[in-house]
Amino acid sequence: MQFMLLFSRQGKLRLQKWYVPLSDKEKKKITRELVQTVLARKPKMCSFLEWRDLKVVYKRYASLYFCCAVEVQDNELITLEIIHRYVELLDKYFGSVCELDIIFNFEKAYFILDEFLLGGEAQETSKKNVLKAIEQADLLQEVRHKTLRRLKLYSRIGREM
Amino acid sequence: MSDVVEKTLTALPSLLSLDSQPGSAKLSSTSKLGALIRGITELTSKHEEEKLIQRELASLKDQVSSPNTSMRQMKEAMVRAIYCEMLGYEASFSYIHAIKLAQQGSILDKRVGYLAVTLFLNENHEFVLTCYDYKHIIPIIIYCVYDTCNTPLVEEKLNHPKEIIRRKAVLALYKFYLIAPNQVQHIHNRFRKALCDKDPGVMFASLHIYLQMIKGYKDLTASFVTILKQVVSGKLPMDFNYHSVPAPWLQIQLLRILSILGKNDQSTSEIMYDVLDESLKRAEINHNITYAILYECVKCIYTIYPKTDLLEKAAKCIGNFVLSSKINLKYLGLKALTYVVQQDPKLALQHQMTIIECLDHPDVIIKRETLELLFRITNAQNITVIVEKMLEFLHQSKDDHTTIDLVGKVAEIAEKYPLQTMNTVFSLGGDMIQPDIPNSFLKLLSEGFESEEENKKLRLFAVDSYILLLEGETRNLPQRFLQVISWVLGEYSHLRNDLDPARVMTLLTKLLEMRQTSSETKTWVLMAMTKLCSGEASVSIARSVCEDLSSSMDTVQRQRAHELLLLSQDRALRSQLLPLCSDPEPLEVDSSLSFLDAFVSEALAAGAAPYKPPHQRQEELAQQKALSLEPYELSLPINMSSSCVTGRQSPTLMSVSSGLSGDSAELSHKGGSTTLKLEGVKRVWGREGYLSKKEPVEEVAQAEIPSPLSSPNQHTGASGTSSNTHPPIPTPEPEQEKQQLASSLFVGLGSQSSLCLVRADIYALHVAVFQYSLSVIRPVVHFEVMGMLSYQSSHKSHEVEFTYKLPLTNFIRPFTVSTEQYGAMWLAFSNDTKQNLNLVTDGQDSLTDTLNVLKGKLNLHIVEIIGMEGIVACRLAQDQPCLLHCHIHAGTLAVWLRSPVPDLPDSLLYHCQRALEGT
Repeated sequence: MQFMLLFSRQGKLRLQKWYVPLSDKEKKKITRELVQTVLARKPKMCSFLEWRDLKVVYKRYASLYFCCAVEVQDNELITLEIIHRYVELLDKYFGSVCELDIIFNFEKAYFILDEFLLGGEAQETSKKNVLKAIEQADLLQEVRHKTLRRLKLYSRIGREM
Repeated sequence: MSDVVEKTLTALPSLLSLDSQPGSAKLSSTSKLGALIRGITELTSKHEEEKLIQRELASLKDQVSSPNTSMRQMKEAMVRAIYCEMLGYEASFSYIHAIKLAQQGSILDKRVGYLAVTLFLNENHEFVLTCYDYKHIIPIIIYCVYDTCNTPLVEEKLNHPKEIIRRKAVLALYKFYLIAPNQVQHIHNRFRKALCDKDPGVMFASLHIYLQMIKGYKDLTASFVTILKQVVSGKLPMDFNYHSVPAPWLQIQLLRILSILGKNDQSTSEIMYDVLDESLKRAEINHNITYAILYECVKCIYTIYPKTDLLEKAAKCIGNFVLSSKINLKYLGLKALTYVVQQDPKLALQHQMTIIECLDHPDVIIKRETLELLFRITNAQNITVIVEKMLEFLHQSKDDHTTIDLVGKVAEIAEKYPLQTMNTVFSLGGDMIQPDIPNSFLKLLSEGFESEEENKKLRLFAVDSYILLLEGETRNLPQRFLQVISWVLGEYSHLRNDLDPARVMTLLTKLLEMRQTSSETKTWVLMAMTKLCSGEASVSIARSVCEDLSSSMDTVQRQRAHELLLLSQDRALRSQLLPLCSDPEPLEVDSSLSFLDAFVSEALAAGAAPYKPPHQRQEELAQQKALSLEPYELSLPINMSSSCVTGRQSPTLMSVSSGLSGDSAELSHKGGSTTLKLEGVKRVWGREGYLSKKEPVEEVAQAEIPSPLSSPNQHTGASGTSSNTHPPIPTPEPEQEKQQLASSLFVGLGSQSSLCLVRADIYALHVAVFQYSLSVIRPVVHFEVMGMLSYQSSHKSHEVEFTYKLPLTNFIRPFTVSTEQYGAMWLAFSNDTKQNLNLVTDGQDSLTDTLNVLKGKLNLHIVEIIGMEGIVACRLAQDQPCLLHCHIHAGTLAVWLRSPVPDLPDSLLYHCQRALEGT
C-alpha cells in the first residue's frame, strides 16, 4: 500500500498515513486531487479508481471516506477488506466509532492502524490480537483515557434519556 | 456491524457544531487538543483558521523548547503538532523534539514520539539525512521501518520470545530488503526460519519477503502448497478468520507466490493443481473476501502452466464476476477477462454483449477497463471499431494520465496494424489531427520496417486500399487523408505492375475537380500526378489538367501545373528529378547551396544586394525594432489558410520557407529561373520530403499562443500526446480562460473567417502559421485578439505580447435575399437602431452612391433601391442577418437597422458611420 487517507464528506482530512517517501508538497497535491476526485464520484459507481499510475480503493462509511492507494497489480477487493477491517477495529475499540472519535483521538486511530498495517502491509489480521496490543498499551496509560470513554458513555446515555 | 457504525456516524457530525451537547463539550474541553479542534470548527473562514493555527504553533514552539515542559506535556504538544501538520501547516520545529520524545520518555511517551516521527519524517526527508550519524535514531527507525542501516539489531529481535516482536522484526527486514536487497542477503536462512515459525502471524509476515524474492526458492513450492492446504481446510486458529473465511490475507499472499512459482513451469505447476481446485471449491460464501480469493485464484490458474479442467472452472468464475450486478465485481471481472483474454480470446466472445454494455457504462472507470480489454483483443478485423471507440473516449477524456495512456495504446495498435489504424485515425480524426501525424505515417511507409518484403506488402496494400477508396465516394474524406492518399499513390502505385498510371491519374483528376478539395490538397494531388505521368494516356490527362489550372488564381497551383506540364513532356528530366522509390539511397541535401554560386555572382554583378547571414539580419532587425509582428500580420490576408501554407519546401502546414520575408536575398535567388525551381522541387519532393521539415523544426523557436486562445490544460494535452486530442481549431467547449475571451467575443459557430497567428523565427527565417477559426457570439465594434510570441535569440528566450484589433467588418458577409424575404424578416427581428448619416454626394444619385460606398467598404448586399429608399442586407454567420433600411431625409441618410442579434445593429452602425466619414 502506498498511502491511506481518511477524509470527511466536506473534504477535511482526518487521518493520513504515507508508506512511500514523498515531499510535503506532493502529499498536499495528491490529497487535494484525490479528495476532489473521490468526492465527485456517485454512490453507485465502483469503489476503484485508476488514478495516475496507482489504483485507488475507497469506501464511504457514514460521513467518512476511507481511501487507500495500492499498486496496480494489487488485489482491489482485499484492499477494500483492509479498509473494512480497520473500521471494525476502530468500532470495536471506540465502541460504535464516529467521526468525532477519530478527530479527538486521532493518535489512537493511528496506533490502531500501526498495529494493523506495518510499512503498508497487513501485519496482524486477527482482530483480537490487534486490540490486545492496543489495550496492553492502554493499560500503561493512566486513567485519563478511561475517564474520557466513561464521559462519552454518559453523554450517550444522556442523549437517549 | 457496519450498519451500527453508519447509524452512529451519521448521528454525530452534528455534534461538532453543537456545543450544547454535553458529550462533545466535555470531550473536547478535557485537553488542549480538544480546545484547538473546537476552536477550528467554530471558525468560518480559511483566513481565521490560518491565524488561529499560527498562534497555536507559536505557543507550541515556546512550550516544546522550554526546559520546564514535562514529558507528558511534551506528548500532548506533539499530538497538537501532528494535528496542525494534518491541516497543512508546517511544524518543523517539533521534529527534533519528536525524536527526543521517542528516545527519552516512558513507553507511552515514546509511542507518541514514534508516531510523530513517522508522520513528520520519511527516509528522504533532509532532516533524517542530517541525523544519520546519531545512534539514537536507530531504534526509532526500526520501529518506523524506514531505513536501511543496522540489520544486526533487527536480526536479534527475530529470536525474541514474543511473537509480536518477531513479526515486527520480520516486517522490518522486509522493508530493508525492498530498500537494499544486498544488505540482507546473508540472512536468507533467517527468513526460512521465520517461515517455519510456530506463530502463523510471523509466518505470514515472512511471506511478504518471499513474494519479492521467490524465484530462487522453487524448492519451497511444496511447503507453500502444504501451508495453503492447511489454511484452506481451516487448520489455523479461529482468530485468523475473517467473516468466517480462514486467513484470507494469507491465502491471497500464498496464491500470488504460487502463481510466480508455477509460471512457465509444468512440473512445479502440477504440484499446485489440487490445492487450487480446493481453493476454488471452498470459496463459496457470498462475501467480498471470497471474491477476492477467487479472483487471485483465477489469476493464478491462468498464470501457471495450464490445466484444462481448472481453466474451465476459472472461466466460469470470471463469467460470474462479469455478469454480477455488483459493480465492483463487474470491474474485477473485466480486469480478469483482460488478463486472460490473450490466452483465450473465446472467453471474450462469450461475454460480448456484456462488454458492449460496459462500453456505454456511466462509470468512466468501467468504460476504460472495457477499452483495455478491447485493446487486448484487437485484430485486423475489429481494429476499425476498436480504434474508433478509443478515439471517442479520448475526445471525452479530461484526465491527462488517461489520455497519455490511451494514446500510447492507439499508437501500439498502429504499429501492429499500421494501415488500418491510420486509415481509421485519418478518416475519423479528419482535419482535427495534428499535422505531424500524417507526416510520421508517411515516414513509416517510406522508411518501412526491417524486411523489404513486409514493406512492399504494406505499400501494395496501401495502394490497393486507396485506389478502392478513391473509386468510391470521396466527398467526405478529410483533406489530410486525401493528401496522404495522393502521396502514397504518387510514390508507390508503380509497385502494382498491372495498374495503369492513367487510371490513377483519372482518379486523382476527380479530386482536383471536387469543390471541397482545398488548394493545399490540390498541390499534393498535382505533385502525385507529376510523379505518375508516364505513358501517352497519362500525358494527355496531365495536359488537360494543366490547361485547366494554368489560369488558376492560386499561384502555387499554377506553378505546380506548370511543372507537371514540363515534366510530363521531358521524361528523362522527370526520372532524374523524381526517381522511383526503388532507389534506396537517401537524398543528399547540399546545405551550402553551392550549386547556386554561379547564379549568385551573376546576380551580384548585376547589382543585387549581398547575402546577409541570419544573425546579421536579426541584429539589424532588432536595431530597427522590427521585432513586432505588425508587417507580417498586416500583410496577411484574413483567410490565408492553406494557399500560403503550401510552400514548395514542405508539404506540411507547420513550416513554410522564408516566403513571407521580402528582403531575403536567397529568396530572390530562388525565384530566379524555372530550372532552379525544379532543383528545389527535387530536393524536397523526393522520398524524404520531410527531411526539409526536420531541419526547420529543430531551429524554429518555441512559439506559443498564450492564455486566451489556448488554455494550459490544452497545452499539456498537446505536448504529452501529439495526437488528435488537441485540435488546432478551438471548438466551442466551455473552458475557463479561453472562455474569458471567447465567451465575450467568439464562439465556434462555423464562420468562415479565420485568424492567422504568425509565429516567426528570426534565426532561420521560418514562419509557422497557426490557424484559428473565430466566430462572433456577441458583436462589438472591435474584437481584440491577444497573443504571446516567444522566441529564442542567442540562447535567451524572449516573450513579446501582441494584440491585434479585428474590426467587426471582417466578419460581415453580404446576404443575398429577395425583397419579399427581406420584408418577412424585417418584421421578425427585434433589435433595432436608427440614425441619420452623412451622404457621400449631393444630387440625384446620392442614395445609390452612398449605398455603393457602404457596399464596397462593408461588404453589404444591396437588395433593392426604389427612389429615395433602399434596402440592404448583410449577415455574420449563416443565421445571423442584419437588415438595413435607408432613405434620404432632409439631406441626410436615415438608416434603420434591424437584426435578431443584440448589439449587432449598433456595432454595424458605427462602421457605417466610419465608412461614410472617411470619404
